[in-house]
Amino acid sequence: MASDSDGDEDFVSFGTPLEPLEEDEPTKKPVPLHEQTVKDEKGRYQRFHGAFTGGFSAGYFNSVGSKEGWSPSTFVSSRQQKVEKQHVRPEDFMDEEDFSEHGIAPAQITTSQEFSSSHRDKAREKARAVNAQAALIPGDTLLEELIAPARLSIGVELLRKMGWKEGQGVGPRVKRKARRQQTGEARPYGCVLPPAGSEDSEDDDDDDFAPENVTFAPKDVTPVDFTPRLGVQGLGRGVDCSEAHSKAPAEGGVAGQAFGVGALEDDDEDVYQRDSMSRYDTELGGEEPGDGLYGWTAPQQYTKKRDKNKDASYLGKILEGFTLAQKTVEDKTIFAPPTLPRDYRPVHRFHPSIPIARLSGVSPALAEALRTSRGHMVKEEPQEGGRHKMDSSHRGALLGEDALQGPSSVMELLRPEDRQRLLNLRNSSTTPSANAPASSSHRTSSSGGSLPGSLTGSLTAQSSAATCPPALQQQQEALASWRGVQSSAQTFRPFDNNPSKQARYELYLNSLRQGDKDALEQSVDSGMTEWERSREKEEFVRSSILYRPTSSSLSSRFTRAKDKESEDNTVEVSRDQESDVDDKQAAVKMKMFGKLTRETFEWHPDKLLCKRFNVPDPYPGSSMLGLPKVKRDKFSVFNFLTVTESRETAPPKSPETKKKSRWDDSKQKKKVKEEEEDEPRTQPALPEDTTEPEDQQSSDKKKKDGEEEEEEEEEEESRPPMDLFKAIFAGSSDEKSSSSEAEEEEEEEDTKEEEGKISTQPQNLFNISNVKTSITASSTSVTSATTSTSQTVKAVVLSQSSSQEEFGPKLPPRSAALIRGGATSIRSPREEEKPRRTSKEKKHKNKKPHKDKKKKKHKKHKHKAKQKKSKKEESDSSEEDKDQEGDGQVSTEELLKRLKSVQSHQTR
Amino acid sequence: MAFPQTRPQAPQLPQHLLRTIECQQGAVRAVRFNADGNYLMSCGSDKSLKLWSVSTGTLLKSYSGHGYEVLDADGSFDNSLICTCSSDKTVILWDVATGQVTRKLRGHAGKVNCVQFNEEANVIFSGSIDGTVRCWDVRSRRYEPIQVLDEATDGVSSLKLMQHELLTGSVDGRLRRYDLRIGQLHVDFINSPITCVCFSQDAQCTLSSSLDSTLRLLDKSTGEMLGEFTGHKMKGYKLDCCLTSKDTHVLSCSEDGHVYCWDLVEGSLTLKLSVGQAVVQSLSFHPTETCLLTAMEGRVQVWGAEPKETEEDVMDT
Repeated sequence: MASDSDGDEDFVSFGTPLEPLEEDEPTKKPVPLHEQTVKDEKGRYQRFHGAFTGGFSAGYFNSVGSKEGWSPSTFVSSRQQKVEKQHVRPEDFMDEEDFSEHGIAPAQITTSQEFSSSHRDKAREKARAVNAQAALIPGDTLLEELIAPARLSIGVELLRKMGWKEGQGVGPRVKRKARRQQTGEARPYGCVLPPAGSEDSEDDDDDDFAPENVTFAPKDVTPVDFTPRLGVQGLGRGVDCSEAHSKAPAEGGVAGQAFGVGALEDDDEDVYQRDSMSRYDTELGGEEPGDGLYGWTAPQQYTKKRDKNKDASYLGKILEGFTLAQKTVEDKTIFAPPTLPRDYRPVHRFHPSIPIARLSGVSPALAEALRTSRGHMVKEEPQEGGRHKMDSSHRGALLGEDALQGPSSVMELLRPEDRQRLLNLRNSSTTPSANAPASSSHRTSSSGGSLPGSLTGSLTAQSSAATCPPALQQQQEALASWRGVQSSAQTFRPFDNNPSKQARYELYLNSLRQGDKDALEQSVDSGMTEWERSREKEEFVRSSILYRPTSSSLSSRFTRAKDKESEDNTVEVSRDQESDVDDKQAAVKMKMFGKLTRETFEWHPDKLLCKRFNVPDPYPGSSMLGLPKVKRDKFSVFNFLTVTESRETAPPKSPETKKKSRWDDSKQKKKVKEEEEDEPRTQPALPEDTTEPEDQQSSDKKKKDGEEEEEEEEEEESRPPMDLFKAIFAGSSDEKSSSSEAEEEEEEEDTKEEEGKISTQPQNLFNISNVKTSITASSTSVTSATTSTSQTVKAVVLSQSSSQEEFGPKLPPRSAALIRGGATSIRSPREEEKPRRTSKEKKHKNKKPHKDKKKKKHKKHKHKAKQKKSKKEESDSSEEDKDQEGDGQVSTEELLKRLKSVQSHQTR
Repeated sequence: MAFPQTRPQAPQLPQHLLRTIECQQGAVRAVRFNADGNYLMSCGSDKSLKLWSVSTGTLLKSYSGHGYEVLDADGSFDNSLICTCSSDKTVILWDVATGQVTRKLRGHAGKVNCVQFNEEANVIFSGSIDGTVRCWDVRSRRYEPIQVLDEATDGVSSLKLMQHELLTGSVDGRLRRYDLRIGQLHVDFINSPITCVCFSQDAQCTLSSSLDSTLRLLDKSTGEMLGEFTGHKMKGYKLDCCLTSKDTHVLSCSEDGHVYCWDLVEGSLTLKLSVGQAVVQSLSFHPTETCLLTAMEGRVQVWGAEPKETEEDVMDT
């Protein structure tokens, strides 16, 4: 408080001073608003719970526990160490803040004993004085007072010096008023309080004669004591008995003593005080004299205000060294708050938020993700909406939770570059809006002729869209994202329908990969118009950004769609095709094993397999398994050619096999042993036969017809004179490098045979798929034949084959499956199964002698042989085989010929 | 036979019948020695596998769990595991002691013809009529094969493992040798469905029997033919062949009820062992001693070099 100060250097300071600034210390960043938190003295967050949940938090989350939980107090007491008795006070359970000024039980600085003018002290003194007089020895208390220091408070002493006397009220002296009219009336009622105490008696005395010029000291009023009675005992305890004894005789009467009052009570006026009604408000609205308090029912005297000025003037005696104050202490003036300007609107607007969604290249979802995740990356905006607007991390921080493990945002999954890119993208979204007027001005100004220097010369040629800074940025972005990326076949081809454009685009991508800065310029076709070029550039840039290679971590989460097969008509085919089988067969016949029959392929074992074998992986880097594969055109004729070749005799065999299913003929299969020799080849046992028998018949006929026609055609067209063949094939076996020639030969023989056979052999038919394969085979054989014979025919045949290629699409799966299935089933079933089964049968069914069984077998075989209509064929071949086996030393030419014929059988 | 015995090598060849075991499990599809040659496993057509003592001929254990006839079996080097394959398209790994099925491996599309452990018995190879060889991991819990070798264009009839090499014979008439260490596949063309393949003990040669009633001994590295053995009859059945433990002779089953035995070097028929009237389905040669197992119909016969007094001698032809 400002007081009248005599010295200039006496300053009064308000508030807490700022810390002195040090020069070299870096200026502290101001704590942003959203990070400023309210804490109590203990550092706990003052979090407002809301009115219904308890207001501010107390204790530890409104509990009595602590962070470690609630810990009960320990009690240890032993003989040696007795525990001290602990006096628990209520304060022990109270929070410190409750002792503060505004708390429940404020622990303030209070005046010490000697400076306090407590009423009780006074009363005690009074009592003592009374005692002294009433004592047996009158000087008793006097002596005591002499010895014991007078314990008058400083206030009492001051008052005394100012002329106050005990028993008087404090204040300016007053003229006596007629105050207690009613008191007299009240007397007739029985037990009236005796005028105990000096003040009442004085008043009463003065009441009668009141001279005009005499002022009286104000009445000494004992203020109503609002403090509760602290004594724990009941009524009448702890009273000085001497006073009670002395009192009664002094007043000379028992008047007013009621029951229940302790006989030794000294000041019982507060119990039996008779209040007059005049001391109370009895009416509403009427102003009490000198009292501005309406409805206050406490005794008026106590609450009555006194005019201070009056007081000052009426103060009787002024202590020396003191003067009356010249001016009264002014009230603190409270100024009204400033008036708001008229146009003020109580709405706070934050910085304009970034319209990400407006950004061209960013999808709404991405924009949303950006927006939500931005709270993590940059804290720009204060949390506006209180706790409901806080995100989880903020709430967690407020609650003191640990941060969640793992990436909390999509952004963290990205590579740093990508993240940077996204940020750039977002920033760039702000720039266009900011630059919009600028760029438009650029354009206008460029039309005016003054081009801003920021644009490079190379860019001037580009369109306005391309020249604006975002486009540049995009280019750089594309460059950044593509640089160093390995070229992979899996990049998306956006311009697939326009091959030249796609090629240009790929050129662009390539140069991007190499980090070429002006990739755009190089890749664009110079032959196009300016406008086209600029458009294409724009497209390239955009698509390169759109289809940028994903980072490995991201791309690992997605799998590429696999149904692209419909588009690319390629098939995985093993890279190393087996070489011609015929050569090998010939070699085998000649027992020239070795180089001719040996083939070596690259084969990739599984890593785990190598590990299990304790063998180092022969191809550590490769991820493929088995034989290396290459992609081939799915529907290429040559594919099937190679397949049929490699599968050797599979398709040719089908004709005979189809007559009987592998399964039913298994029982008939006991043949004559000689015939069994042939069986392996002659038994294809198509699984499909069983499934589509009715199909077969119809298709058989069709096929028969078709075949016949085909063959006739072939005969007519492609049949060269036999001499030619002989001339050709009598040469060297080397010439027959291509299987087609061999096939041609077969074909020829087939046709020969078939001329006679076909009509008589209806069962020598393929089912549909077989027909097709056979047709293709024949056609291809035709082609080959023609190549060897005449060019003109070739053209015809080629057209033929190509026409057959038309219905190719249906072919591959069936024929492939058929070949595969047929191949697997051809020999293995009967050779391995049959014997066992039959033997089993033998054993289980009947314990016939072995010979019987064998005979049975033979019978079966024969029976089957009868059924077979291709028997003739087989016997032929078997004969041939026998021949071959019989005379091992035929000339090679002869051998080859036979080989051919055998093969023809097989292939048929 | 027409060939005279060039040398009386009687002690080297198992020409004396030591024991006949009636297996009572239907036809015996295959008979195999275990790793040390003390026990034999007989694969029965009644879906069971039986373990016998070779020396006493007593049945030790019967393993049942297959759904169809058992076609092949192999024992691990430590005799703790047996793997079998069956017509029910499965391969089963057995615990020898308890006779429980340790693992049942499904995946083949057809019946499984042959099965074998590798040296450390941590991979099982199985060849099936579906034309694939599947490598099953014994160690891991996976039920998928480690690798599927589908190079064969027809059923795989036989396979053998030696060190890091896998030899398979297929009905497509090709002998395939997978070399894991080099990472190469060698294909030898035989032109006749192969019924059985063998490595020689020195791992330098391969022996293959095919349905043209011929056994061929090929040099492993070049594929050149070192020898050809004929005279027996193998036209329609999948019959076994093998080499003796010392690589001195080549043996093969025959459909005429004999076991043929040729001298490896000379190629001459040294022994024609008459086993019975029916087809000799399977045979197995003791890993170290001169002891031969043959399976015909429902019985297994043990042949040794020296005759036992209690056994009846079998006539030498």
